[in-house]
Amino acid sequence: MLGTFSRSDWLLLVIFSAVVLTLPWTLEPIGAAYPDLLQKFAIYGIFAVGFNILFGLTGYLSFGHAAFLGVGSYAAVWSFKLLTMNVLPALALSIAIAGVFALLIGYISLRRAGIYFSILTLAFAQMSYNLAYSVLTPITNGETGLQVRAIRKSAEVSLRDGDVRIIDQALGIPEVGVPITNLFGMKMSGYPGFYFCAVLLIVCFFIAMCISRSNFGMMLKAIKSNQNRLNYTGIHTRPYLIAAFVISGMYAGLAGSLLSITDPIAGAERMQWTASGEVVLMTILGGAGTLVGPVLGAGLIKYAEQKVSSWNEGILHGAFSFLPEPVQDFVVEFFSFFVGEGWHLTLGLMFMIIVIFLPGGVMEGFRRLRRAFANGASPPPRPVATTTPIAERD
Amino acid sequence: MSVAETIRDDVAGERGFQSDIPDRVLHIDDVHKSFAGLHALSNVDLDVRQGETHAIIGPNGAGKSTLLNVCVGRIEPDRGAVVFDGDALTGKSPHEINQLGVARVFQTPEVFLDLSVLENVMVPALSRRDGHFKLNPFTAFSGETEIRDEAEAVIADVGLKNRIHMTASSLSRGDKRRLELAMGLIQHPKLLLLDEPTAGMARHDTNATIDLLRKIKERGMTKVIIEHDMHVVFSLADRISVLAGGRIIAQGSPEEIKNNPKVKEAYLGEEQV
Ligand SMILES: Nc1ncnc2c1ncn2[C@@H]1O[C@H](COP(=O)(O)OP(=O)(O)OP(=O)(O)O)[C@@H](O)[C@H]1O
Ligand SMILES: [Mg+2]
Repeated sequence: MLGTFSRSDWLLLVIFSAVVLTLPWTLEPIGAAYPDLLQKFAIYGIFAVGFNILFGLTGYLSFGHAAFLGVGSYAAVWSFKLLTMNVLPALALSIAIAGVFALLIGYISLRRAGIYFSILTLAFAQMSYNLAYSVLTPITNGETGLQVRAIRKSAEVSLRDGDVRIIDQALGIPEVGVPITNLFGMKMSGYPGFYFCAVLLIVCFFIAMCISRSNFGMMLKAIKSNQNRLNYTGIHTRPYLIAAFVISGMYAGLAGSLLSITDPIAGAERMQWTASGEVVLMTILGGAGTLVGPVLGAGLIKYAEQKVSSWNEGILHGAFSFLPEPVQDFVVEFFSFFVGEGWHLTLGLMFMIIVIFLPGGVMEGFRRLRRAFANGASPPPRPVATTTPIAERD
Repeated sequence: MSVAETIRDDVAGERGFQSDIPDRVLHIDDVHKSFAGLHALSNVDLDVRQGETHAIIGPNGAGKSTLLNVCVGRIEPDRGAVVFDGDALTGKSPHEINQLGVARVFQTPEVFLDLSVLENVMVPALSRRDGHFKLNPFTAFSGETEIRDEAEAVIADVGLKNRIHMTASSLSRGDKRRLELAMGLIQHPKLLLLDEPTAGMARHDTNATIDLLRKIKERGMTKVIIEHDMHVVFSLADRISVLAGGRIIAQGSPEEIKNNPKVKEAYLGEEQV
């Protein structure tokens, strides 16, 4: 595989890695260079890259991927409680359990295509969400959320909480208070946490790149283009779809795991349909089917969320202070609908604008810009100018 | 008794010796299919012999495409069976039928519109080579040099060499048809089913397609070809079946069909032979 990566592929990978690893400096000017947000960029980047393997390549729109994110989160916290605060077993466990879960849901949902598939996945995710709040409370700790606690003096209480950390205890790792997640002693919050996520994002990006350049990826693209035809070509498409679904579910599980690693508390709200919708938005906003697009979309949405939801009327008054008083009041009143709590309104508008004017997402915007620059002021040539309809030949 | 029925009786009389042809590869046995009361196919029997080019002709709406649909698993017949090389095709799914060695060239081109011409041809080649599901996320598509070389050759054969990197959606209708043909040819099927491969082509391109199909014939590929263009039919066919109103009304060599007055009446009368 590596031998057949073209030079531009390598270049893309190197540039991508460089950009991701230098984010703490390059995002300084826009006020986004703090670990919490940087971690979110990387984590949701992974989520979106994985989602794109399913949606971007095969065209199957899942509305339930947050379920795998949630499953990954819970699995990681359980690994912290039962096994060790080391993050590696948590990662492995999350990916594996999310994978099994995705196989189950994918196997059933992929009996249908199009809108029916989307609705099936949505239904499964909502079911998981509700189960997490009700029957599964012993596993999820319901509304409070699942979190790591200190090991108590009384073994009985610890067992009831589930905080036993067999591996850490066996290795004799001392614990003072509530322990923190670590990679062989290195704490996984703050900047180290970001770099851990960033490296995983790069690995995930690389794998996604391999998939999209592979025979398997080509089959997925053919499914998106004309699944029916592929059947007549001798390909049984369902196993390919299930594989793509499971892989993207595992990506989501990994992202969920990282959410718990950087902040070891898992709640059911991560499984809610809004979370599933968010990853759809990220992918489409950035550019479905492209490699970089989903990561970009994830970054944009997380950044906008952080900023817009923190704005309030005071900040708006500051921004519009150049206007005369009555006008200013009106404008601030109007825009206050879109900030703070109303940030989802902004998100919805952003999404509508993209879908209507730039269905290919931000990446499509870049392509258009590049074409515009390449052609200078002249209008772009008709793309199919080289073919003449057969009837017009001779 | 109608004309069609008289002819049908003749055909039925012939069936006695036809059904024990030792080298037949495709055997269509008493197939019926109706769509909401419309009998698209009734009592259709057809044998295709190893290596022959068997043409199916008939007026619009005669049921020709429906017959092929039954063969490739797109449509389940109401009654009857299709047997290919000892395997019953009825009840099998399209990919299984293809894996047995039956490829289809569609009447309305069904290509992968978002993929390039080269990719369109490489995909069926990969599926022929790999057969069942293969999870190979680390096998680079661009590393399939052998398959690419072969695809390039086939693309050149059908005359799309200078469009090889174009997206299929930007091809003209005639070029899409050639692409269809290339996608069928690259699979080296035992049986190739062609549904009006030259419709809409200019005479010059039609002749090129005829030459190409002759060349394949020399390699021993069995073909069933549906055509309206009598020039194509009489240039290629070893035997001809005439379908009208969902029934086979005549079957025989091109000479026999040409001289069959009832066929002329039922079908050829409309055309300039
Ligand atoms: N899926 C379908 N549903 C309903 N009716 C159908 C369907 N497919 C075909 N038919 C009808 O069956 C009859 C035979 O159609 P078919 O496409 O097989 O004809 P054909 O011989 O291929 O004609 P042409 O030369 O125009 O391609 C037509 O009357 C058509 O309208
Ligand atoms: Mg037809």
